[in-house]
Amino acid sequence: AAPAQQHVCPAAPPERGRLAPWVPVVGLEIHAQISSNSKLFSGSQVQFAAPPNSLVSFFDASLPGTLPVLNRRCVEAAVMTGLALNCSINKKSLFDRKHYFYADLPAGYQITQQRVPIAVNGSLSYSLCIDNKMSQMVTKTVRIKQIQLEQDSGKSLHDDTRSQTLVDLNRAGVGLMEVVMEPDMCCGEEAAAAVRELQLILQTLGSSQAVMAEGQLRVDANVSVHHPGEPYGVRTEVKNINSMRFLAKAIDYEIQRQIEELENGGTILNETRAFDSKLGCTVPMRDKEGQQDYRFMPEPNLPPLILYDAKSLPANMNHQQVINIDWIHERLPDLPSVKRKKLVEQYGILPEHSFTLLNEDGLAEFFESVVKQTQMKPKKVIGWILKDLLSYLKQHSLTVKESPVSSFLLADLLNLLEKKEISSTAAKQVLAELWKGEGKTPLEIVKEQKLELLQDQKELEQICQAVMAIKAGNPKVLNKLIGLVQKKTQGRSNPVLVKQLLEKKLSG
Amino acid sequence: RDKPSAVCGVSAEARGCRGYRAGGGKVSVEVLDHLEHLALVDFRDAEGVERLQKAIQFADQLHEVNTNGVEPMDSVLEDRCLYLREDDVTEGNCTKELLENAREKVEEYFVAPPGNIPLPKLEERETFLQGSQ
Repeated sequence: AAPAQQHVCPAAPPERGRLAPWVPVVGLEIHAQISSNSKLFSGSQVQFAAPPNSLVSFFDASLPGTLPVLNRRCVEAAVMTGLALNCSINKKSLFDRKHYFYADLPAGYQITQQRVPIAVNGSLSYSLCIDNKMSQMVTKTVRIKQIQLEQDSGKSLHDDTRSQTLVDLNRAGVGLMEVVMEPDMCCGEEAAAAVRELQLILQTLGSSQAVMAEGQLRVDANVSVHHPGEPYGVRTEVKNINSMRFLAKAIDYEIQRQIEELENGGTILNETRAFDSKLGCTVPMRDKEGQQDYRFMPEPNLPPLILYDAKSLPANMNHQQVINIDWIHERLPDLPSVKRKKLVEQYGILPEHSFTLLNEDGLAEFFESVVKQTQMKPKKVIGWILKDLLSYLKQHSLTVKESPVSSFLLADLLNLLEKKEISSTAAKQVLAELWKGEGKTPLEIVKEQKLELLQDQKELEQICQAVMAIKAGNPKVLNKLIGLVQKKTQGRSNPVLVKQLLEKKLSG
Repeated sequence: RDKPSAVCGVSAEARGCRGYRAGGGKVSVEVLDHLEHLALVDFRDAEGVERLQKAIQFADQLHEVNTNGVEPMDSVLEDRCLYLREDDVTEGNCTKELLENAREKVEEYFVAPPGNIPLPKLEERETFLQGSQ
């Protein structure tokens, strides 16, 4: 039995006037482009934005007499991903043909793994903020049904004015991992969080760069609604979601649409719908009339894919022809969830901090680099990273790598603050100056703008005496005196030292 | 193994579901229409349909073999090693050659119709299947 849900689905909140509560059900099919030099079954290059039809081999163009030859790197990528998602890796998996007609699928079929995929029965844990506050996070799990290797199709550019489609086969045959997530999610927010975590895992493994904007990560959502206790409703498939932002929107819109349709006495068709980002709604997709009959058949040109582990490793086989699951398992890098835990344990930061650190490419490394170079406690450093550095980068749409302030410079600044050579306010001033990226060091800026804290006892004594000469020596005006000293020294005096000196003067 | 090789790629499942045969071993018009849609073939005349039915009957002889407890075989090559290629770029860069095959091209793109043009419904197209039982 699932634990009590703390997260309330924003798409279908219990409302007055609703006849009965609705339970939305969301499943996902995610296609991740494998990060490899060449394609899944041919030696043509994998590259984004190349001249049309320049990365196409005779096999990719489906010319007669060509045969598929499996790329080893693609298999390793799928095994790594399967292991990272806690799947069972099938030591014997099979390839099949899925037939349908479309101009960007020159063979008339896609080679996929329908009967026995390479990995099955895994899980993915992800976290959500409750009520949009970063302070309360809840962990959820979604089951991974399977991961299969398959070919990508080419790209169609629709030219409606001339009533034609232009076809570029550069993408045809690129290796994909299809990750199927069971319908364990209930709304757009959960789906987006799950996809985000998958994206981070893929990027950490290096099996896919998973950049949605370049089409390396594509998500199709299966959505349905039903009343609690009743069987699942008819589901629709929502395609053409090409950014994380639109993912949650598209799913929530579809949930709403289905609820309204059903409450008005209508029915839901088992159809494919596309998300229109301009209108913010889903529309029925053309070219998907009627049920597709894919006529699956075994791929006759490929024998079964056999994988080995330490126990089953064959003695006399060429190493290059052998994939050892255990060898790959031993070399898996730390996954995001492990990295976050380590950050929290090692530096004493809050869990939500670790999420933000990992969410921004390069930010965790930047943070650790600063911590290494400064005496300031990590718990204090994190504030400067998450509040000052990150907000500046966001304001100017910069990545961590593009930051004009390096970890070295920031550490240098924080050291000045830690050694009490400047005040916190002065530090923020120096940082503002550092953002200009004019190549000055923090110390140079401090000297230029005269921001040093005055530590010289004798000098401060003289100033205090001068100020006291103005006001009568009354204990009640001590704070006022400190204020005056600060004013006189333009905020450069160390307030603690000033208070001590004044109290000494006042007492005797 | 003494199994005859597969004659066609239609799975036993599909056969059962589709109910290929009405009484007397005949293939229904709905199925013929479906096949014309999928494979874009035109059965042309009664002789074409009869040929199809004879082919199905011929393949049905496979059912006479008892296959209880026998693992299905897709290919006699199932014990061969699946060769794994190194991830090197060895092909591509032949745009000109590939486009020579295209009847129409626009700036190195292949040209295709605006989308799938669906075969018109049975009532609306000229096929011998119209009006047959």
